[in-house]
Amino acid sequence: MTSMLRIEKLTISRGERTLATDLNFQVNPGDALVTEGPNGSGKTTLLRTLATLSPPLSGTIYWQDHEISDITEVYRSKMLFLGHIPAVKLDLTPLENLKVYARLAGAVTEPSAALERMGIQRYAAILCRHLSAGQLRRVALARLVLTAAPLWILDEPFTALDRQTIDGLSTLLEEHLAEGGSAIITTHQRLSLGQASVSRLSLGTG
Amino acid sequence: MNPVVFFLLIAALFPLAVSIAPENLRAIGPGVFWVAAVLASVLSMEQLFRSDFDDGTLEQFAIAPQALSVVVLAKLFAHWLVTALPLIFVSPLLVLLYQLPVSSVAVALLTLAAGTPAITATGALGVALTVSVRRGGVLLSLLVLPLYVPVLIFGASAIDQAAHNLPVQGPLLFLMALSVLSISLMPWAIAAALRITLE
Repeated sequence: MTSMLRIEKLTISRGERTLATDLNFQVNPGDALVTEGPNGSGKTTLLRTLATLSPPLSGTIYWQDHEISDITEVYRSKMLFLGHIPAVKLDLTPLENLKVYARLAGAVTEPSAALERMGIQRYAAILCRHLSAGQLRRVALARLVLTAAPLWILDEPFTALDRQTIDGLSTLLEEHLAEGGSAIITTHQRLSLGQASVSRLSLGTG
Repeated sequence: MNPVVFFLLIAALFPLAVSIAPENLRAIGPGVFWVAAVLASVLSMEQLFRSDFDDGTLEQFAIAPQALSVVVLAKLFAHWLVTALPLIFVSPLLVLLYQLPVSSVAVALLTLAAGTPAITATGALGVALTVSVRRGGVLLSLLVLPLYVPVLIFGASAIDQAAHNLPVQGPLLFLMALSVLSISLMPWAIAAALRITLE
């Protein structure tokens, strides 16, 4: 079985500062990789590098044995990145937000069904400006349901969520992994993902 | 709405400060018209990517399977519709305010229609470079105002020539050429600038 994502000798930096050198790991279908480390150790930078937002200082990222710099557009269609900020437009309703994203990234699920899955269909027609931080995060998370991207890159996805939504997101992750998807996650929470194989990557220790 | 008010306000201030003699107004009219249009555009420009940058939407645009330059082109078009098009609608008012012949109204409209796409596309490049700078408004003006000089020259001279019943085809064609050039090339440059900003 070929790996989904393979990282070789990756060195990442933020500004002038080198954060991690010689990272090697691979993520297979059904795997979850949790990156750990203290604040400022480069977790977010690593995720942004994997999401093709920041270029690595050196090293190579392979998607199914192709360098991602050669197949950027294919890779971007297979990858879903959720950053710190929800990327939700406050002047649009949750439904409109998801419709925009569906057009942008290609959806397999109806936007309204995605909202229902996240339990926010009641607010579908209310401007996001009037929603709470947790509800905004749920609008952002509804993207996970919307597309069929096999690789999820999630930066602190559990922030600002209530107990029930955390459980919902965990279930979503388990289903995604069981279907052969994979995920790279930073979190300070203890993550229990049932049967899925969870590997850990510690940054900022060396 | 703001750019329109700003546009009219600048134009209304000049006669008060200079002189309201008709021949005087006719002489400065074309120049004031285009300076006001350019300043009004810069004023509204900063908003182009600001909210997208702040709320993370820009990141999602950048990593979408769609080419970022196409998204940029769509944003430019939308921005032009809400900021430049209203200027075109109110511009006849300004032409008459400056005692320019009624026959030059059409030319004034044409110069704006032909020149503002270049203004929007060029300004957007400046915005893309400065959007990560807090209060980048002044920096933006310093960066893009010099680039507006060609549009300003051809725009104002076309109206001036129309007021003197001279042929206007030359400057108008230059304006269109500038717009075609910037619409077709700028989206790539803007997309590249945005990617650098997002790093």
